[in-house]
Amino acid sequence: MTTETASLRRTALYAKHRQMGGRMVGFGGWEMPVEYAGIIPEHQAVRRAAGLFDVSHMGEIEVRGSGALELVQHVCCNDASRLAVGQAQYTGLMTERGTFVDDLLVHKLAEAHYFLVVNAANREKDFAHIRLHNRFAAQVEDRSDAYAQLAVQGPRALAILQQLTPVALAPIRYYWFTSGPVLGVPALIARTGYTGEDGFEIYFDPAQAVRLWEALLEAGRAAGLVPCGLGARNTLRLEAGMALYGHEIDDQTTPFEANLGWIVKLGKGEFLGRAALEAQKRTGVPRQLVGFEMVEAGIGRDGYAVLRNGAVIGRVTSGSPCPTSGKNIGMASVPAGPGFEPGAELDIQIRQRTARARIVPLPFYKRPR
Amino acid sequence: MAYPNEYRYTKEHEWIFREGQTGTIGITDYAQRQLGDVVYVELPKVGNAVKKGEAFGTVESVKAVSEIFAPADGTVKEINEKLAGAPELINQDPHQRAWLIKIELAQPAELDALLTAAEYEQFIAETAEH
Repeated sequence: MTTETASLRRTALYAKHRQMGGRMVGFGGWEMPVEYAGIIPEHQAVRRAAGLFDVSHMGEIEVRGSGALELVQHVCCNDASRLAVGQAQYTGLMTERGTFVDDLLVHKLAEAHYFLVVNAANREKDFAHIRLHNRFAAQVEDRSDAYAQLAVQGPRALAILQQLTPVALAPIRYYWFTSGPVLGVPALIARTGYTGEDGFEIYFDPAQAVRLWEALLEAGRAAGLVPCGLGARNTLRLEAGMALYGHEIDDQTTPFEANLGWIVKLGKGEFLGRAALEAQKRTGVPRQLVGFEMVEAGIGRDGYAVLRNGAVIGRVTSGSPCPTSGKNIGMASVPAGPGFEPGAELDIQIRQRTARARIVPLPFYKRPR
Repeated sequence: MAYPNEYRYTKEHEWIFREGQTGTIGITDYAQRQLGDVVYVELPKVGNAVKKGEAFGTVESVKAVSEIFAPADGTVKEINEKLAGAPELINQDPHQRAWLIKIELAQPAELDALLTAAEYEQFIAETAEH
């Protein structure tokens, strides 16, 4: 029950989190709040009203110059040439084997200028990987320390954020962004998120982080906005069926093996891992990612073995109680092929016993539109 | 929340309260705060033996699984059936209504070696500083 926090990095909001009663834990090399009032009430606030997350631990890498698009196209599997200025895209940073170095968002800021948002724990690795493969003379810069990031998520996120900015938010479409002042602070305002709800992620000068955090909480108080920790962020993304690096995806997993075939654009031309991915598309995947819910009592958690007929056939990639339905849910990596359709059953090894689970379609939660 | 003076405590954050040969066992307020919202409790069966220092059950929150260690040797006499349907009791009232099990103590004198309330409070204060 102790957490090693000696060498962890802290965001500009660290003291604020402590002051507001956030319970701090180590995550991806950072000391971050895992919860304030509790994961369940925070999760429910995001589904019903809105939540505010400090996600300043995320890394930001800028790629610009005449070879910028070529470099992004070479290291990522999605097709960045389809992006218009002001548009964002979910993609994978690939190894030569077509597995994930990381998953990330690519924003097109301007012609030949891209803003990449990467996982905190992978920031240095990603930066080195992109530079290593930069034979296009693009400028690559790790700008992570120049940005704080706040996420306002939930059905009331737009109304809350709108109080602090003259930028019209409603016309910003999902996975588009714009630049403009928030409380007078220049910011990149993106309609993106990791919760399965409508919402915004804003990027700005860390020196302004406490001011914006306080102003957002004040603006959202009447609407039910609450500060949220990484615990609720995880249960929200799990319900929405979204991957987390180190769980559903890693450098041993291809997009096809993680239900992410839609981010692989084999038709865009050469890129890292393309040959391996093309071969896998032809011959088929060895395993697949499925959703499950527990039938018997127990929680199938990350890393637990998945069995059928007494033999280990896979593992749970993420598992947790689901605050929306009250069920215990998860995702698991299992062999490809028949026998793993929704309704089929699995056993999950929970300490000294096994408990029955049933495969269900992903995602577990889809927001009403 | 106060730590009752008549209880004894472990460094693994269990409490035990002795009445005659019976020991009632639960987890401390500090433990429930570290865990967060408890969603699931797994307890042994009546009649099972528990051994001092060995896990006899688990308490799970949304985020974490925590084993519960027996503060003393004994045999399970009763389990708190209410917790299956209302695990949140552990967050609400860890020292009273959310007791986990009652055991027939094999050696009641074992409890003398456990922490007093004052010693336990000092222990968690030191833990929190690190």
